[in-house]
Amino acid sequence: MINYPLEITYIIASVLFILGLKGLGHPATARRGMHYAEIGMLMAVIGTLLGQNIVTWQWILIGLVIGSAIGTAMAIFMPMTAMPQRIAISHAFGALAAVLVGINEFIVKGSEITSGLMGALGFEVLFGSLTVAGSIMAFGKLQGVLRSEPMTYKGQNFVNISLFFITVGMFVYLVFFPQNSLVFGSMIALSFLIGIFIVMPIGGADMPVVLSLMNSYAGLAAAATGFAINNKVLIIAGSLDGSSGFILSIIMSKAMNRSFANVLFGAVGSAQVDTSTLHEDRPITKINVEDAKFILEQADRVVIVPGYGMAVAQAQHAVRELSDELEKRGTKVEFAIHPVAGRMPGHMNVLLAEANVSYDQLQEMEVINPTMDTVDVAIVIGANDVVNPAARTDKGSPIYGMPIIDVDKARTVIVMKRSMATGFAGIENPLFYQENTKMLFGDAKNVLQQLIAEFKKN
Amino acid sequence: MLFESFYILILAGFVGFEVIKRVTPTLHTPLMSATNAISGISLVGSLVAAGSDQFVSQMLGLVAVTAATINVVGGFMITERMLKMFKRKERKQQ
Repeated sequence: MINYPLEITYIIASVLFILGLKGLGHPATARRGMHYAEIGMLMAVIGTLLGQNIVTWQWILIGLVIGSAIGTAMAIFMPMTAMPQRIAISHAFGALAAVLVGINEFIVKGSEITSGLMGALGFEVLFGSLTVAGSIMAFGKLQGVLRSEPMTYKGQNFVNISLFFITVGMFVYLVFFPQNSLVFGSMIALSFLIGIFIVMPIGGADMPVVLSLMNSYAGLAAAATGFAINNKVLIIAGSLDGSSGFILSIIMSKAMNRSFANVLFGAVGSAQVDTSTLHEDRPITKINVEDAKFILEQADRVVIVPGYGMAVAQAQHAVRELSDELEKRGTKVEFAIHPVAGRMPGHMNVLLAEANVSYDQLQEMEVINPTMDTVDVAIVIGANDVVNPAARTDKGSPIYGMPIIDVDKARTVIVMKRSMATGFAGIENPLFYQENTKMLFGDAKNVLQQLIAEFKKN
Repeated sequence: MLFESFYILILAGFVGFEVIKRVTPTLHTPLMSATNAISGISLVGSLVAAGSDQFVSQMLGLVAVTAATINVVGGFMITERMLKMFKRKERKQQ
């Protein structure tokens, strides 16, 4: 009964997937790792085509050709700055495939569906449908088609939780009466609605968590598919993805000092700010580009802290040029990356790598912080909440306890910012009023280019 | 049969946890696109549906194969494109 060549192919493919992910432990081994994973996928596909009961080929070929064409076009023409959107929408594709396979299984098996099979199918279409809708919403927000601000209304959590329980109720019913196609269809539709509603109230800055969660759900949908059609390689690959997304979600939530539940149900971003603590009349120190150049010339060690503002201003190339100018003068330049800077995990790293910054210059928060007091100048570019010392000192602050990059401990801090507007969390940043903080106002890219020109003058 | 599958799910989940814990944060975006490509493994199930002898399955399978292939091909290609950018420059330091 067991098709040995096929099963062995699947086992080898599974091992190759694991080796592939292991390669991502270091930039130097990552590409070789991806080649392992690609070979694994190719083996799984060829093994399936030869070893499973395939009787018609034309639809397979059409699907493979169209899918490859779209996938290739997306990979080649998508600019790096659109990466968060691309990641978001691609979760929808994988999950859509899982849902369709689930629906097909339901139709084909018909009256033979057992409670056990329905258990697997249910998880498959629930996670799948939720991921499709949630990912499309996340895509819309990141692309700017939908408003990226949290959309909230009264009783929102009540509606979401009710929908959730109705859907779970339908699932339980189906396990006992697996042949009811009306309930099966309604469950898929409701799960789709939940996906929309759950992402609706989530704001742009919380997107790293949403993308990680969707990554996890897409994996779980694939794993459930494996249960439903009794295919081990699906279970293994799916649970690898599931745990990957899960770990990323934990890292992201921790970096924001929030729980999962708080991100999903916390009426996110609408943390009430006590306006009486705002000190807008306190003095700040403004400087111009020449002053900034003078300060940087004296520095032996400079740390650059990029945030979403750098991505918005498309300033990564200018940042790299400044870093080159400083290094030419013998200054040590590093980049300190906060885990949730940007709109997806690793966002800043990808942008800086694209601008040709060497990866050994990219430092994690935990590595940089203990040495911050030996840093001569910290340059904050388009970041705000992730460098807000109130997170460390002010117990009343909504972001109290959130790990931050301790730029305030550097000898001098230069903050590049468009205006004195607050960050995503709407919280006043005491950093700006510190004696050693110099504010350099303007568009990040523009200011950086002026600064580079200033350095090139002599 | 079902229980056997649970063993695999749990063990693969643990392996994934241990392996991915060690992924450097610098590569978190490539990690997402790589796992995304791998979750295109649903392609295996989609192929079986598209290659069956029933029209409904063929049509559902066609869409599923297309969607999963976008993930697999696009996911791996974009991961490679990103990883190519992560270079170590020879820099002269003081």
